[in-house]
Amino acid sequence: MNRDDFTILRDSNLVYFDNGATTLKPDMVRERIDDYYNKYTSNIHRGDYQNSLMVSELYEECRDKVRDYINAKHSSEIVFTSGTTASLNDIVFGYFKYKLNMGDEVIISESEHASNVLPWFKLQEEIGIIVKYVSLDDKNEITIDNLKKAITNKTKVVSLAHVTNVIGDVRDIKSISKLCHDNNILLIVDAAQSIAHVPVDVSDMDIDFMAFSSHKMYGPTGVGVLYGKFNLLQEMVPRNYGGDMNAIFTRDGYMELKDIPSRLEAGTPNIEGVIGLSRAIDYISGIGIDKISKYEHELRDYLVSRLKELDFITLYNEDNYSTTVAFNIKGVFSQDAAIYLDKYNICVRAGNHCAKILKDVFNIANTCRISLSFYNTRREVDLLINVLKNSKNIWEEIL
Amino acid sequence: MDADIKRTIILDNYQDAKNRGVPLNADGYIKINSNNQSCIDNIDIYVKLKDNVIEDIKFEGEACVIAISSTSILSDMLIGKNIEEVKTILKNYYNMIEERDYDKELLGEACVYDDIYKQPSRKTCVTLFARGIENIVSKDK
Repeated sequence: MNRDDFTILRDSNLVYFDNGATTLKPDMVRERIDDYYNKYTSNIHRGDYQNSLMVSELYEECRDKVRDYINAKHSSEIVFTSGTTASLNDIVFGYFKYKLNMGDEVIISESEHASNVLPWFKLQEEIGIIVKYVSLDDKNEITIDNLKKAITNKTKVVSLAHVTNVIGDVRDIKSISKLCHDNNILLIVDAAQSIAHVPVDVSDMDIDFMAFSSHKMYGPTGVGVLYGKFNLLQEMVPRNYGGDMNAIFTRDGYMELKDIPSRLEAGTPNIEGVIGLSRAIDYISGIGIDKISKYEHELRDYLVSRLKELDFITLYNEDNYSTTVAFNIKGVFSQDAAIYLDKYNICVRAGNHCAKILKDVFNIANTCRISLSFYNTRREVDLLINVLKNSKNIWEEIL
Repeated sequence: MDADIKRTIILDNYQDAKNRGVPLNADGYIKINSNNQSCIDNIDIYVKLKDNVIEDIKFEGEACVIAISSTSILSDMLIGKNIEEVKTILKNYYNMIEERDYDKELLGEACVYDDIYKQPSRKTCVTLFARGIENIVSKDK
C-alpha cells in the first residue's frame, strides 16, 4: 500500500525486501530536506533572524513528535544522536560506565545486533562487568522463565532488542520490564527493528533507556534517538563537549552545562536529518502503526506460505511472529542467492546480519533475509517465488 | 575459454571442492583464517610445509561459489610447489585478476576467472584463498 508516495517505487521496478537494513524514503521526507537547503538553511539555537528561529522550531518540534510517537512523558527525555549505534554507545559509556562496578552482570541475548553486544564487551574489558546471555528457546526466542533463570543478585542491566534483526521475533517488553524492575534491574531496549513496524510505548512498557534510528523508519540516515527516563538522563555524562551544550565557561576551566537534552547534543546537530525525521513520523502516523503492523504480518504469512511450496528452500524462522524471513536456497551460498535475485531487481540481504554469535544457535552462519514493509505487495512476493522457481538456472545467471 | 566450460569447471570445484575439510591430524599444519570484510566469505586454510615445499593444503568454511571454487583450483595447483613457484603463480594470478599480462599456461584451470574483472565486487571473492596463502608464504621467508 501507499507505493505512490515513493518516487523510487514509482520510477522503477525495484522490489525492495531489505527494510531491516534501511527503508525507502517517501517524497514528503525528501521535500522537507530540499526545503531546508533551498529555502531556509540556517543553524539552530543561535540566530536572531527568522530562518534560524523557524528551523530551531522545526528541530524542537521533532522532539515533541518523537515524544508523542513513543509516548514519553517529557520532550527533554528525547536526545538526538547519529543513530541506534551512537545511542547505545552513549547509554553504555555515558551512563553505565559510571554506575556499574566490577562483577556486576549485564544480560543480553545471542541474537542481539553487534551494537548491543560490542559496547558491553568493551565495558567488560574496561571495568570488569560480566556479560551474560539469556538462553533462547527452541524458536530462538526469549521466555520470561529463561530470563528469570539468568537473573542473579549481581544483575544490574538487561539490554535487548524489541524485535531482533535476523529472526524478527517481537519480545514481550512489558513483561520483561516488570521482571527487571521487580529485581532492581534497568532495562535498555534496542528498538531499531521495531520502531516502524509495531507500536512502541515507553510509558506502558516502562522502558528505562531506548535507542532507534531514523533511517529504518522512512526518515533520513545519520540521525537517531536516545530515549531515557528523565532522572536517568540527568545522571548521564556527556561524551562530547563544545558548542550548544554549555551555559557558562571561564578561562580558569569553570563550566556550567545546559539542562538535558541540550547538554547531550554538543555541536551543530544533523539538522536536515532531524527535521526529515519529523516528516517521517508524520508519515507513519498518517497511515497508522497498527494498520502497518497488521498489513506487514499478513504479507509475511503469505510469503511464508508461498516459500513453503518450494522444497528446495530452507526456512529458519517460519514459526516466529515476525515481519522477516530468513531462508536459503539449498546448496547455494546466501550471497550467491542474493546476487541471483539482484539480476531480477529483487533486493534481499545475505549474511549474518550483524548478529555474528547467533550462528552458534542457528548452526548456520549466513542466510538470505527478507524484511518487509507496508509498500511490499503480494505481487512482489509472487515475482520472488517465480524467480526462485527458476533458480535451477542460477549458475547460468551468475557465473 | 568457452563460458559453458568455465561454468562447468567453477561449479565442479564448488560442489565437489578439492582439499576441503579440516586435516584429521592438524599437527604440522599452519592454520590461517581468510575472510572478506566487505562480504561474508570466511575460510580457514591449513598448510603443511616441508623443506620449502607445500606438502598439503586443506580448507574449511563458508563462502560463495567464486571463493570456494577458486580455493579448490588454486590449492590443488599449489600442492607440491616450492615457495618460489607459489609466489610466481600468485603473482600471475593477481595479474590476471587485475587485467595485466600473465602466463596463461602457468595458471591453467585458474584461467576460468580471466574475466572476473567485469564483476569488481567478485575480486575479493576470487582472491580469498590467494591472500591467505600469501600470508603464509611471505611469513616463511
